[in-house]
Amino acid sequence: MAKASPSRQSAFHVLTGLFSLPAGARLGIGPTIAAAILLGIVAASVCAPLYVPYDPLAMDSLSRLRPPSDAHLLGTDQYGRDIFSRVMTGGRVSLLIGVGAALVSVGLGLAIGLVAGFFRAADGLIMRIMDSLMAIPAILLAIALVALNGPSLGSVIIAITIPEVPRVVRLVRSVVLTAREEPYVEAAIALGSSMPKILIQHLMPNTLAPLIVQGTYICASAILIEAILSFLGAGVSTEIPTWGNIMAEGRSYFQIKPGMIFWPGLLLSLCILAINLLGDTARDLLDPRLKKREG
Amino acid sequence: MFGYILKRVLATIPVMVIVAIFVFLLLRLTPGDPAAILAGDAATPAQLERIRDRLGLNDPLHVQFVTWAGQILRGDLGTSLISNTSVSGMIADRLGPTLNLAVMTIVISVLLAVPMGVIAAWRHRTWVDFLVMSFSVLGFSVPVFVIGYILIQIFAIELRWVPVQGYKPPADGIGPFLARAILPALTLATIYVALIARMTRASMLEVLGEDYIRTARAKGVRENVVLFRHALRNAAVPILTIIGTGFALLISGVVVTESVFNIPGIGRLTVDAILARDYPVIQAMILLTAGIYVVVNLAVDISYSLFDPRIRY
Amino acid sequence: MEFKSRDFSDAARVLKIRGLKVGLAGRPEAAPVIDGIDLDIRAGETHCLVGESGSGKSVTSLAIMGLLPRGALEVRGGSIDLEGVEITQASAAEMRGLRAMRLSMIFQEPMTALNPVLRVGEQIEEVLNMHTDLSAADARQRTLDIMEQVHLPDVERIYRAFPHQLSGGQRQRIMIAMALVLDPHLLIADEPTTALDVTTQLQILKLIAELQARKGTALLFITHDMGVVAEIADTVSVMQNGRIVERAPIHELLTAPKEDYTRKLLTAVPTLAPRAARPDARGGDVLKVADLEMVYGGGGVLRRGGGVTAASEVSFAIGPGRTLGIVGESGSGKSTVARCIMRLIDPTGGAVHVAGTEISRLPRRSLRPHRKHLQIVFQDPYRSLNPRWTVARSLCEGPINFGTPRAEALAHAAELMEIVGLPRDALRRYPHQFSGGQRQRIAIARAVAMKPDLLVADEAVSALDVSVQAQVLDLLDDVQAKFGIAMLFITHDLRVAAQICDEVLVMQKGRVVEHGPAANVLSDPHHAYTRTLIEAAPGRHWDFANFRALDTAPAPGPKGETA
Repeated sequence: MAKASPSRQSAFHVLTGLFSLPAGARLGIGPTIAAAILLGIVAASVCAPLYVPYDPLAMDSLSRLRPPSDAHLLGTDQYGRDIFSRVMTGGRVSLLIGVGAALVSVGLGLAIGLVAGFFRAADGLIMRIMDSLMAIPAILLAIALVALNGPSLGSVIIAITIPEVPRVVRLVRSVVLTAREEPYVEAAIALGSSMPKILIQHLMPNTLAPLIVQGTYICASAILIEAILSFLGAGVSTEIPTWGNIMAEGRSYFQIKPGMIFWPGLLLSLCILAINLLGDTARDLLDPRLKKREG
Repeated sequence: MFGYILKRVLATIPVMVIVAIFVFLLLRLTPGDPAAILAGDAATPAQLERIRDRLGLNDPLHVQFVTWAGQILRGDLGTSLISNTSVSGMIADRLGPTLNLAVMTIVISVLLAVPMGVIAAWRHRTWVDFLVMSFSVLGFSVPVFVIGYILIQIFAIELRWVPVQGYKPPADGIGPFLARAILPALTLATIYVALIARMTRASMLEVLGEDYIRTARAKGVRENVVLFRHALRNAAVPILTIIGTGFALLISGVVVTESVFNIPGIGRLTVDAILARDYPVIQAMILLTAGIYVVVNLAVDISYSLFDPRIRY
Repeated sequence: MEFKSRDFSDAARVLKIRGLKVGLAGRPEAAPVIDGIDLDIRAGETHCLVGESGSGKSVTSLAIMGLLPRGALEVRGGSIDLEGVEITQASAAEMRGLRAMRLSMIFQEPMTALNPVLRVGEQIEEVLNMHTDLSAADARQRTLDIMEQVHLPDVERIYRAFPHQLSGGQRQRIMIAMALVLDPHLLIADEPTTALDVTTQLQILKLIAELQARKGTALLFITHDMGVVAEIADTVSVMQNGRIVERAPIHELLTAPKEDYTRKLLTAVPTLAPRAARPDARGGDVLKVADLEMVYGGGGVLRRGGGVTAASEVSFAIGPGRTLGIVGESGSGKSTVARCIMRLIDPTGGAVHVAGTEISRLPRRSLRPHRKHLQIVFQDPYRSLNPRWTVARSLCEGPINFGTPRAEALAHAAELMEIVGLPRDALRRYPHQFSGGQRQRIAIARAVAMKPDLLVADEAVSALDVSVQAQVLDLLDDVQAKFGIAMLFITHDLRVAAQICDEVLVMQKGRVVEHGPAANVLSDPHHAYTRTLIEAAPGRHWDFANFRALDTAPAPGPKGETA
């Protein structure tokens, strides 16, 4: 529709035209803001012990559930702990879980995916196992692990990783299967390159771009799952302040103290939003289909 | 066609077997004595023995597996450590609310998300596209319980349009059922809509660049026909796939949503089981949800043929 | 040869383009893609728009259809007048009303141009439903009628078929039926036969001509193939870099081209007259293939019965410094033979001797030392080099595998760049910085770097424009003369085969139907299939490079018309 006419456009088209993003401007301000937000949250979380006014674990039975004041920027919780100090410190574990789960999933997925993609013999069995692991919801698996092993960082990372690894494996495998049909790979065979050499030098670099993108998405979803697990009482130990734990404790006081869910929820959402946006940007930049015709 | 369906059904068997082995080993390979862990610190030797007996932990591993698998095949998912009733029965009692919620969520999600994705792709790089994508990224980024509390705050507490929490079965009247189910369904739908809209947009963008779309326009076909008759059917397979694989997200969401809205479904059952360390229930839930996931994806696989004649049987 | 060159000055003018400019959307400063072209087509006339890739011919056709990709290209100025309607000013709704009624288009690739999930009959009928008030029964009847008119067999059955169930030729007939069902006054055909085999191409060209004559349609035919132009055009416009450089009746253009560019295009077209075979060199054969057989999918436990035979009983030999061409249409098995010889796939039977060693049964590991004797150049220059590697790294990969020190390999690579006519500093660059022809030169350099005894060229010039094609063919000839390499040349193009091969082997459905010196096979074919192929070659009676008819018209076909 409206292919031809620059002069006769409906009001709708004029309107959409005004707001349409010019071809080059797609990567303009959005990713920059996202990167700034993410950097800000990471820096604030990492440096939290240097500037928060209270020990996030210090209870004070005399000042429970206080409203925000000069002494307590965001007020206090049911044990009289300073919410601001807890929220700022809470990001550290959440981010650690996100990055940890992303690295472990991508690393394992890459190794298994390369093997599955290149060795036909192993492919069938590996993919059946991967299909099975994908069928297990991360939340339930985490719940089982925590029920058996007690709440710990390790249980949470393992629980998030197990259902993610198959997705990475599928991705790597499909990239390898497509790339091995490329004439340049066949040329390398004709040039006498060995299979491991072809796998590592020709095929593996093709997986890099999609893995970076996938890694950011895993990171974001891991932070989210950690929050949900803590919320359900199956996350890391309640001794450690994480965004999820703070929100979980806020459940019972939601009506009188919504800030206990709102503030950590806001930081968490902003953080995940920023990571997802950066992932989208990376995908747009690295998508070979967008670059194909420029060559 | 029949042969293909049979083949697909048979192919799910190894997947379920591997899931079962995985779940079985999860308990048995836990470092330490699982019975002691589940019983808690204050357990007496008699209690420990009872748990071991209940979970069948006294026999050699392979005997345990045969007994356990045999029970599952007969539909016996074990007995709760807490209530001493059969897990299958407990699940059956709680299935109704969850199914109602899930069906409502899927219907809402597909009806909202597919048109959103189609329009975003059609008006690629305009403010409509930007809005849809923003909503989609937001839906991924906000935890489901936060969305739940925000909706409660707005619609139940401020506006007082619906009750805050609770559940009434449709048998008690459609009105009361919907009043209580609409917020949980919307809460649950947020992430699903985000997922499906995103995939619909991506798939449509790809299809709209195809030659046959240009052919359709060259024939003078109206734009809505181009979008829904020519493009959407070709874009359907990835959308169906994401609806299937996204089911895992829905299952996780159910657990959270039911506890936020206090709905007596299997999600609540699971949360209660965590707090009580009722392992047989947790184990049964994993098996059940994995089974549902596999069946849903089997249905999705089979439905491909409705949209794409090139997928032959 | 006979040309059409009919005179249409009295006929009604259907399309009149004046000063048309098309540029990149939103970038007024960028150079225009179409830079002020004029074009006239009258009722019943066939006008060919010819040019190399990137000349702007397809953009012209899309501009006329009002189908320029939104957000990428836009009309900057000029007018497109279709029987009094100004297309550049038409609204979307007006444009929809014109399409299929007044102007239609056929696209290059009939597989991707038809919607894969709709029945082909429905796709034709949709045109009627959009533009007429015919009842369902009438629309169906009219659809079946037009399907009969494009000579589709068993129309009731094909009506219900999906595109993937039809052959390439049948799909293109569906496209033509769809375009002509409402008798438009202007038909635009954008390379409609380029994706088809040569025998199918002939049938489709005949069909278009037949329908055009019957309905008096004006035809704008876009092609890069001078042979096709010679067959069908009344008048021709030659396009280069977004401009029309020459416009003339067909006979005038082919006998007395005025512009240098037209001359250059014509002289690059290889003739069908075969080269004189070079003397058979002393010494044994470099490559000897005996009873090669490739069967796909056979022998499985569950699959009883034979698989698909892609090649069988293929035997031939090539001596040093000589070129053997395998010609055939798609599905003839010619590429399968090449891939078996390269051991990119494992043949199911027969023997392949390269430089004295039988390699068809060697396990992968013991095969590797023999790889350096035989190298391959692929068709697609955009995919045959690793896009992430510098040219230097690609050229050194093979020699380093065989123990050449890196420095030495690099020095040799630099020499090779000169041999293939590229600057030395090209070694530091990446493939995307080169044109298709240059990439193909690099691929040849990579193969030659191994000092092979045999070079397999699998459709190595098929993706290139004709002028570039001629240069790459010359390069292959030079390299062969310099290093005495034996060459196996796989092609679907008889002109290319005539130009480069000493011997030709014709394959059909996995079997060799004719084999002999190029001069014999191409001038005096014995097998009926070879004759069919030669007769289907468009413009075969014309010697484009010398602007005259071919005196030794090849292949007098005793069997007359083709199917």
